Amino acid sequence: MIHSLFLINASGDIFLEKHWKSVVSRSVCDYFFEALERATEPENVPPVIPTPHHYLINVLRHRIYFVAVIQSEVPPLFVIEFLHRVVDTFQDYFGVCTEAAIKDNVVVVYELLEEMLDNGFPLATESNILKELIKPPTILRTVVNTITGSTNVGEQLPTGQLSVVPWRRTGVKYTNNEAYFDVVEEIDAIIDKSGSTITAEIQGVIDACVKLTGMPDLTLSFMNPRLLDDVSFHPCVRFKRWEAERILSFIPPDGNFRLLSYHVSSQNLVAIPVYVKHNISFREGSSQGRFELTLGPKQTMGKAVESVLVSSQLPRGVLNANLNPSQGTYTFDPVTKLLSWDVGKINPQKLPSLKGSMSLQTGASKPDENPTINIQFKIQQLAISGLKVNRLDMYGEKYKPFKGIKYMTKAGKFQNDCHLLVIQKIAG
Amino acid sequence: QIQSSIFNQRKAHSPGHVCKNILHVPVSGLLFGPWFLCRNEDLKEMLESNKESLKLEAMKRIVGLIAKGKNASELFPAVVKNVASKNIELKKLVYVYLVRYAEEQQDLALLSISTFQRALKDPNQLIRASALRVLSSIRVPIIVPIMMLAIKEAATDLSPYVRKTAAHAIQKLYSLDPDQKEHLIEVIEKLLKDKSTLVAGSVVMAFEEVCPDRIDLIHKNYRKLCNLLVDVEEWGQVVIIHMLTRYARTQFVSPWREDAVFDENSAKAFYDSEEERRVDQSKPYIMDPDHRLLLRNTKPLLQSRNTAVVMAVSQLYWHLAPKHELSIITKSLVRLLRSHREVQYIVLQNIATMSIQRKGMFEPFMKSFYVRSTDATHIKTLKLEILTNLANEANISTILREFQTYVKSQDKAFAAATIQAIGCCATNISEVTDTCLNGLVLLLSNRDETVVAESVVVIKKLLQTQPSQHSDIIKHMAKLFDNITVPMARASILWLMGEYCEHVPKIAPDVLRKMAKTFTDEEDIVKLQIVNLAAKLYLTNSKQTKLLTQYILNLGKYDQNYDIRDRTRFIRQLIVPNEKSGALSKYARRILMAPKPAPVLQSAFKDRDRFQLGTLSHTLNSQASGYLELSDWPAVAPDQSVRNVEVVEPVRLPCIYLVFKDNVKNSESEENSDDSNKSSSSQSEKSSSESDSEKKKTLKNKKPQQQKLDSKDSSPVFVPETSHELLHRMTGKGLSAQYRFTRQPCIYGNSMVSLQLTLSNSTDQALENIHISEKSSTGQNIHRFNAIERLEPQASVTVSMGVDFNDSTQAANFQLCTKEDEFSVSIQPAVGELLLPITMSEADFTKEQGKLVGMNESSATITMTPENVSSQSVNRKVVSVANLGVIPSGQENIYRFSGKTVSSGSLVLVSVVLKDPDAVITINTEKTVMGSMLLRQVKTALTNSGP
Repeated sequence: MIHSLFLINASGDIFLEKHWKSVVSRSVCDYFFEALERATEPENVPPVIPTPHHYLINVLRHRIYFVAVIQSEVPPLFVIEFLHRVVDTFQDYFGVCTEAAIKDNVVVVYELLEEMLDNGFPLATESNILKELIKPPTILRTVVNTITGSTNVGEQLPTGQLSVVPWRRTGVKYTNNEAYFDVVEEIDAIIDKSGSTITAEIQGVIDACVKLTGMPDLTLSFMNPRLLDDVSFHPCVRFKRWEAERILSFIPPDGNFRLLSYHVSSQNLVAIPVYVKHNISFREGSSQGRFELTLGPKQTMGKAVESVLVSSQLPRGVLNANLNPSQGTYTFDPVTKLLSWDVGKINPQKLPSLKGSMSLQTGASKPDENPTINIQFKIQQLAISGLKVNRLDMYGEKYKPFKGIKYMTKAGKFQNDCHLLVIQKIAG
Repeated sequence: QIQSSIFNQRKAHSPGHVCKNILHVPVSGLLFGPWFLCRNEDLKEMLESNKESLKLEAMKRIVGLIAKGKNASELFPAVVKNVASKNIELKKLVYVYLVRYAEEQQDLALLSISTFQRALKDPNQLIRASALRVLSSIRVPIIVPIMMLAIKEAATDLSPYVRKTAAHAIQKLYSLDPDQKEHLIEVIEKLLKDKSTLVAGSVVMAFEEVCPDRIDLIHKNYRKLCNLLVDVEEWGQVVIIHMLTRYARTQFVSPWREDAVFDENSAKAFYDSEEERRVDQSKPYIMDPDHRLLLRNTKPLLQSRNTAVVMAVSQLYWHLAPKHELSIITKSLVRLLRSHREVQYIVLQNIATMSIQRKGMFEPFMKSFYVRSTDATHIKTLKLEILTNLANEANISTILREFQTYVKSQDKAFAAATIQAIGCCATNISEVTDTCLNGLVLLLSNRDETVVAESVVVIKKLLQTQPSQHSDIIKHMAKLFDNITVPMARASILWLMGEYCEHVPKIAPDVLRKMAKTFTDEEDIVKLQIVNLAAKLYLTNSKQTKLLTQYILNLGKYDQNYDIRDRTRFIRQLIVPNEKSGALSKYARRILMAPKPAPVLQSAFKDRDRFQLGTLSHTLNSQASGYLELSDWPAVAPDQSVRNVEVVEPVRLPCIYLVFKDNVKNSESEENSDDSNKSSSSQSEKSSSESDSEKKKTLKNKKPQQQKLDSKDSSPVFVPETSHELLHRMTGKGLSAQYRFTRQPCIYGNSMVSLQLTLSNSTDQALENIHISEKSSTGQNIHRFNAIERLEPQASVTVSMGVDFNDSTQAANFQLCTKEDEFSVSIQPAVGELLLPITMSEADFTKEQGKLVGMNESSATITMTPENVSSQSVNRKVVSVANLGVIPSGQENIYRFSGKTVSSGSLVLVSVVLKDPDAVITINTEKTVMGSMLLRQVKTALTNSGP
């Protein structure tokens, strides 16, 4: 299926290649570079690029292109999903997935890629299986290995590979048994210039960090499971049980994993936690424009709105902006015309504002595009949908684990590219 | 000053420096070569050193070179020497190297083959599997027969992981040598019957690559695959779902009939009286239960976290499910839109194709397709496409309002695409044509040129539908003409002028006048339209335009572009009558002014549905190599009974299956497959027990064969007293357990190993109800001891139990339970305990040994310590390691032992030949894996000094 993999950095250098079948010359990447040149933004490279003899499927993450070379028909999502899984694994192993990290750990990377695919077909992608085969590099282990000559490579087939619960290894032991669950919700919304909501959706995930001895069997129930409209599970969750009782019953993987991601049904009204008041105006004939922006909290159930970051793409005609923030700092990039304002925490008594003037190109006409404002923020201890975990029980083991549940609401769609909460359409 | 002087110095020096370099080029080139060699020489030295750590370091650096795409092939001889290294990491890195360069260095690669052949018999399944992986990845045609043999062997391996690797190796061998197809299909057929979820995905993948047309191989496995599907690993699920989609389209009839009744027990089918049905000519549609099974078993996978699985199920429903059941996939597909950008791209493409045929599916989720300013351009255009497809009379005003904001977007290419989309909506929904047109006309005053140009092009298309009412728009566009520079837009306006010149009789000649002035500076497409306009005006209004037209035609005659020259010549002949022009010029007006059909604005996804959704071909909209066509539903369903298989009672499944496998090994497979074919599913339970007993009979039938050899089961020569810990009292909360092997035939079953379990209670309370849990976690068949009702404090009790290890050293895991607790315990048998002793004559021994050669023989040479050389000592050491019988030997220096494996009864023959000071140990058995494990244990036993 997957013939070869090339890793390409932001400046267009191939810094790693791996072949699972016969070697494909790296000149095949020229087609990719052509597409890269044509694209205005790094994100605009089409994910699937046909070439005369091969097909290139690429994903872009952490400013690295992972380019897979395909020779014949295969579901494209299969390859894309796999490439993302590779990135996740690297991140899991090295903490970050950067060019430097990959180059520093090139042997582990190679060993991992060798285990993850056989003849281009995925062989082991579960992180706990991989970790038994190839131990993640730590400073201590590197030192020990150089002294004792022992290796990072496991000699036995990981127990998970053959078991009915491939995500969990046997013989897990902890002195402190703990299970933490983070309910994280994100709001996506588009708000028009008059302040009314065009669309607003909440999606959430439950990320878990479970460090429990033995083979624990957990159940997690909600106060209001009806809120969950559409869900997808980690393979450990028993689907039948969810269908029948709306209870999450599972034998958890060891360590960090995403238990559940969900979507809150669109029938429920979505509370929008912040509002924006703005006034951006240009006077005809003048080379100056006024800029005014005020933020305020709204429907936050008394919780503080933190880590607020506002960004906006100003019209091309704007040369510079001279603004005065009431709190936080702002930057304006005259080349990309990107204005970003790091607000910090919103104090309801003293609303943060950003006021000042913009200078326009002399003689340039009044911009007619509508700038949009993107906002990121966090609210601790609040799941904006109102979802509440009822209880967490453990069966199968005797000890009493420590259990913790945390709620958080964030703005944004996904990834770290421009988290977009509110697009305020502003009159020109 | 100082700085400047230094600078000057440098300047002064630099030419000389360059000169020097130039002079040195040949020298440094010479130097460079040896230096480079030196570096590799250095690696070579490291590889040849005795230190493991140096070798490892060298290999790591070599892998670094490979990763960077540098050539490291000349190190091949030095690397290949380390292929048999004990250090597993070093070995793996050598494997990586070998696979990369074997194709280039075929002769040298052959040196490593024997190592892999040996590793294929290793007791460790991971080593067996990786040996097969590397062996099959070495693309050297000479070893095809060896690969074939190894694959066949591995396909019957006890470890499902090794069998999975075998399935992968099938594809590798096939791509190396397609002539092996027939043999490989046999292996695929065998592996398709495998019940392990680990194997299923890989073997279906092999099936798809090697013989996708052999649909007949799937019949018998169809139901099993459907039922296993949920437990298969996610990548396998994708492959199986795609294959089953194709399968179902050949085997079931279409559920899409209008009068279809979808459920077997739906109300209509129930109330339909017999008579009515007889009157009704067309039989109501009843879905094949197997078809329903597939739909039912794939549905939960829509909740998978793997986007490829969700997409695979969605396309399965799209291609196979009755139309009214399709709606369940909508939500899941919309959910995928929150995933990574690349995933969105593929999913949106598929939704675009679906939304053309079935608007209703996605209409409630329209807002999910609203474009965000942060979306990538290709995502934006796809969303636009979908919104256009979803537009209808009810929602068009919402969509148009949304489009209006897009037009003002800073991304001009996207704004232009939006204008196209507005045009599409306007033609598709006649109610809004006027509104759209007015909106587009407003855009003509936009400051951005691309927006204006795109609007002009779209307006032109729209006007063609109803030109008479829109002369004012045409006038407006004529006014704008001077300010528009985009050639396509200029050409469009000129065409409109010409086509509807009767509606704008005053303006059109004036435009032509202007164009005559600028003709030479225009782009080619504009020039062509000028010629067209001139011709049309000449025909309708020759009084005003005759001279202008001739002037333009003359300019065109000498244009550099021959397209324009041709067109001019043609037009001149057509419109200016002269003696040479024939009948054609009479029709000039009818030809040029013929009413033209309005262009149809079609979605780019209109005919994408010719490809199966979710495939690469669908994404590219062209057939990718290896694309397998989805067939049309058959008019009449093929025979359903082909999918019937003997259903065996699930609990007894592993046992029967294993016995069955043993028989296959004993080359009686034909007989057995006949058996299973004969018995039908209806008498499942009975037949299964029958076939079970039949199989036992066949086993018994084998025994006389062996007895002909005069071999007799005998009692064990030596029973070791050592017992092993099963459960420590600390972990068992006071309950401790120990086990030992009794080496006696098991009373609970012929294929079981007999064990003695000693349980002691070290707490100060009595333990109640000690038993083994019913649910055993591994596949072994365990005969449990009867529950111990009460064990007093400080007391202990001994019970016996039996475990069918199935001739494998895989540990038997089970739960030891008390009233309150459950403890996971496992018994790891030594290979010697999986045997039972037999006796036979020396002659028979040599005869049997002669039969078990080749792959079945493993041997080793060891150096004996003097105190071990005595016959007593050799005998004692061997029988303490393994439960074997001693054969009285005629020769002094040869010792022979024989036994059989407990589960399958395969012969195991051990001989030790002393050649002072060495000894050769030879083990002959069909069970090669056990053989090599046993060899190692006998080896260590005989080399160790002591009693």
